[in-house]
Amino acid sequence: MMGLMQSGITSLADMIPIQPPAASSVAEGVDKLYFVLSGITIFFTVLIFSIILVFMIKYRRRSDDEKTVETHTPLVVELTWTIIPSLICAVLFVWSAALYVRNGRPPQSSTEIFVIGKQWMWHLQHVEGPREINELHVPVGVPIKLTMTSQDVIHDFYIPAFRVKKDVLPGRFSSLWFQATETGTYHLFCAQYCGTSHANMIGWVYVMTPTDYAAWLAGGEKTESLAQQGERLFSQFGCNNCHTAEGNGRAPSLVGIYGKPQKLQSGETRVVDESLIQAAILAPATVHLPNYQAIMPTYQGQVDAEQMTQLVAYVKSLGSEERNGK
Amino acid sequence: MSTGTADRHDAPAESGVNYLNASYGIRSWLLTFDHKRIGLLYLASITVMFLVGGIAAVLMRIHLIAPQGALFEPETYNKMFSTHGIIMVFFFLVPSIPATLGNFLIPLMIGARDVAFPKLNLLSWYVFITGAALALIATLSGGVDTGWTFYPPYSSMYSHSNVVLVALGVFIAGFSSILTGLNFIVTIHKMRAPGMTWFRLPLFIWAMYATSLIFVLGTPVIAITVFLLGLERILHVGIFDPAVGGDPLLFQHMFWFYSHPAVYIMILPGMGVVSELITAFSRKKIFGYSFVAFSSLSIAVISFIVWGHHMFVTGQSIYAGLVFSVLSFLVAIPSAVKVFNWTATLYKGSISYEAPMLYALGFIGLFTIGGLTGLFLASLATDVHVNGTYFVVAHFHYVMVGGAVMAYLGGIHFWWPKITGRLYPDMWARISAAIIFIGFNLTFFPQFMLGYLGMPRRYAVYPAEFQVLNVMSSAGASILGIGYVIPLVYLIWSMRYGPVAGANPWKAKGLEWTIPSPPPTENFAEIPIVTEDAYNYPVAEAHKYPNVPGVARV
Repeated sequence: MMGLMQSGITSLADMIPIQPPAASSVAEGVDKLYFVLSGITIFFTVLIFSIILVFMIKYRRRSDDEKTVETHTPLVVELTWTIIPSLICAVLFVWSAALYVRNGRPPQSSTEIFVIGKQWMWHLQHVEGPREINELHVPVGVPIKLTMTSQDVIHDFYIPAFRVKKDVLPGRFSSLWFQATETGTYHLFCAQYCGTSHANMIGWVYVMTPTDYAAWLAGGEKTESLAQQGERLFSQFGCNNCHTAEGNGRAPSLVGIYGKPQKLQSGETRVVDESLIQAAILAPATVHLPNYQAIMPTYQGQVDAEQMTQLVAYVKSLGSEERNGK
Repeated sequence: MSTGTADRHDAPAESGVNYLNASYGIRSWLLTFDHKRIGLLYLASITVMFLVGGIAAVLMRIHLIAPQGALFEPETYNKMFSTHGIIMVFFFLVPSIPATLGNFLIPLMIGARDVAFPKLNLLSWYVFITGAALALIATLSGGVDTGWTFYPPYSSMYSHSNVVLVALGVFIAGFSSILTGLNFIVTIHKMRAPGMTWFRLPLFIWAMYATSLIFVLGTPVIAITVFLLGLERILHVGIFDPAVGGDPLLFQHMFWFYSHPAVYIMILPGMGVVSELITAFSRKKIFGYSFVAFSSLSIAVISFIVWGHHMFVTGQSIYAGLVFSVLSFLVAIPSAVKVFNWTATLYKGSISYEAPMLYALGFIGLFTIGGLTGLFLASLATDVHVNGTYFVVAHFHYVMVGGAVMAYLGGIHFWWPKITGRLYPDMWARISAAIIFIGFNLTFFPQFMLGYLGMPRRYAVYPAEFQVLNVMSSAGASILGIGYVIPLVYLIWSMRYGPVAGANPWKAKGLEWTIPSPPPTENFAEIPIVTEDAYNYPVAEAHKYPNVPGVARV
């Protein structure tokens, strides 16, 4: 009998999940804030409901010609219930903002994986070469930085178990990082409505032990690394005719350019990042460098999002020695 | 229910001509300049819109009973939630209280014979009807599948649905808001009766004033936004499309610059109604009049600078995120002040529990939850997790349905005797208020849990582990649906068969209760001279404070 009841209770608890798995380095901090917020919500809701209930009973109308007592409004009361919520809000803001800033910065040592969202699937490209669709294999305990772009509409890369989410936009790169803390299989969702099969743009994240991950990477058919694929495209599109390693009068050398500030002809100074490289390929005029003639054509419509990540990975690989030297 | 004693004639019981029987025939309604009749035209039109949006909601909830979807193909489901959102936001919630109760009550409450521009008022209704008709035509002729947020480039390039037609409907209906807001602002400034000073105004008027400011200042932005969206879709001009040098996030900035203040277009009038109901049914002056009044204005002002909290995960800069987060926390404070003042108004009151009061108390409870859960979304770190999930859906339904719709129904019940001259069966009204409260919580509380678990919104199918909570939500929606149908039935019934109400069935204060029900066309035979503060309910002599001027002022 007891056993039956117990199993009844467990199955009910199984049926109504309360908490998603918490499997990343930031999950615990987010959950703590979430629970404090829940506590505040419950406290004030119960407070207001009980005061109303007490007043409802205590001051119910006893006769129709009943007269009430005039209460004036002491300033101190108004100030109290203005200042206390303000203080609570101030504490919540500082706490949540500090957490957000900390959670938003990927560690230097992060392993990069490229993500392409397109209606209605996720393409994932490991820099070592392997590609996946709607599945992402990552090692536990290693910071992973996702560099993401969309081929069509706005998507959003969301792993509830990691408490991370970021929009994936066409025409630019956004990034997201996490460090998984528990091996297992977790949901991957698209969290920005993207059309008919939005609800099917889902997949799984497999968090593996480092040895399993190494075995997974080594398995499967051998592919070129992402940067090598990019290098092939670089010559295929004829980029290397002008963008030579040494640099020439026609175009700047791209060696070591990634991650460095560049003064544009518009006068603006921008750090060369993924979005800038993409802009340089699709709309060269917008990021034109002084001292060069504006002769580069647009590659809009010729380079798809997948090839773009390959080219970006290649340009980044040209700069990596430079960066490591710093 | 005393149907036996009810006056069964169409003519009102109180002698004389009133705005309802002053003239007959469809022309007398469609060409009326009477603010009261225009209020009723809006009431009828938005009730139709509410039913359309409500049917879409019920179908969605039935569909979501099964993880693989019980009714529709995903495309149809997407059209269903888009229709629900567009109709409910632009064609029900935005005009709800302002266009119906606001139109009906503002002149009555300030002692005027009509609004400042009666012809413009009628024009607003025709403009609204045109927009609403376009939206309905678009829905019936294939529908739209962009969600009510119309994010490009999906809406501008990829959707194969009636985006332009719906955008045109929203664009046109926006002008109705602008004209109504303009009319109200001028009316409140220029048409107040002698002695009706700003600080003697009922708080409903303050709320309508704050709302009108947002109408006039915010609505042009959504008009421009959907206009540009239409241009982009038809001519591919490249404002929002990155492939031709546009910026898809620009749309979101512009959209939320209007649509966040629009949340307060929906809730501020509700707050105004609740201030009236709480005072009337506890027969007390409002606690902290000036705090409640100025909190409406500060909400209206701050609401314009918090839009970025909809975009914390779009990749906007960390600093923008911080600024919008702190501003969003700021807007919580005047809302909290209001809740505390309403609660304090009950203190030592003479409280009775007719249906409108139940709605008002329900509003306070649900709005409290809606407001507090907003803190999860203002907090950057938690927003990252729950943004775009059912948590957001639950939060804004607590504010807009638990808040705005509860207040709307409370207001309709409170002023129904004034509008129609008849009483409705109060027991039925109390029962339906309770059904709505229970059904509402059962529908939307599980959605908070779903959101925290990570279920994204706008999913036509979902992983099986979310099913139990979805079934609970759908069960709640069926209760909620019944709760909404009951008032529709007894209110219509009461128009003919309800007992005669008399001028002031609640013994409430306020100029609208000093004139017959239904009011005569000219409202006041003689323009009243106001000599007292709002909510000047009788006070036991022994407990009277010495009449210090400005005691409740800051």
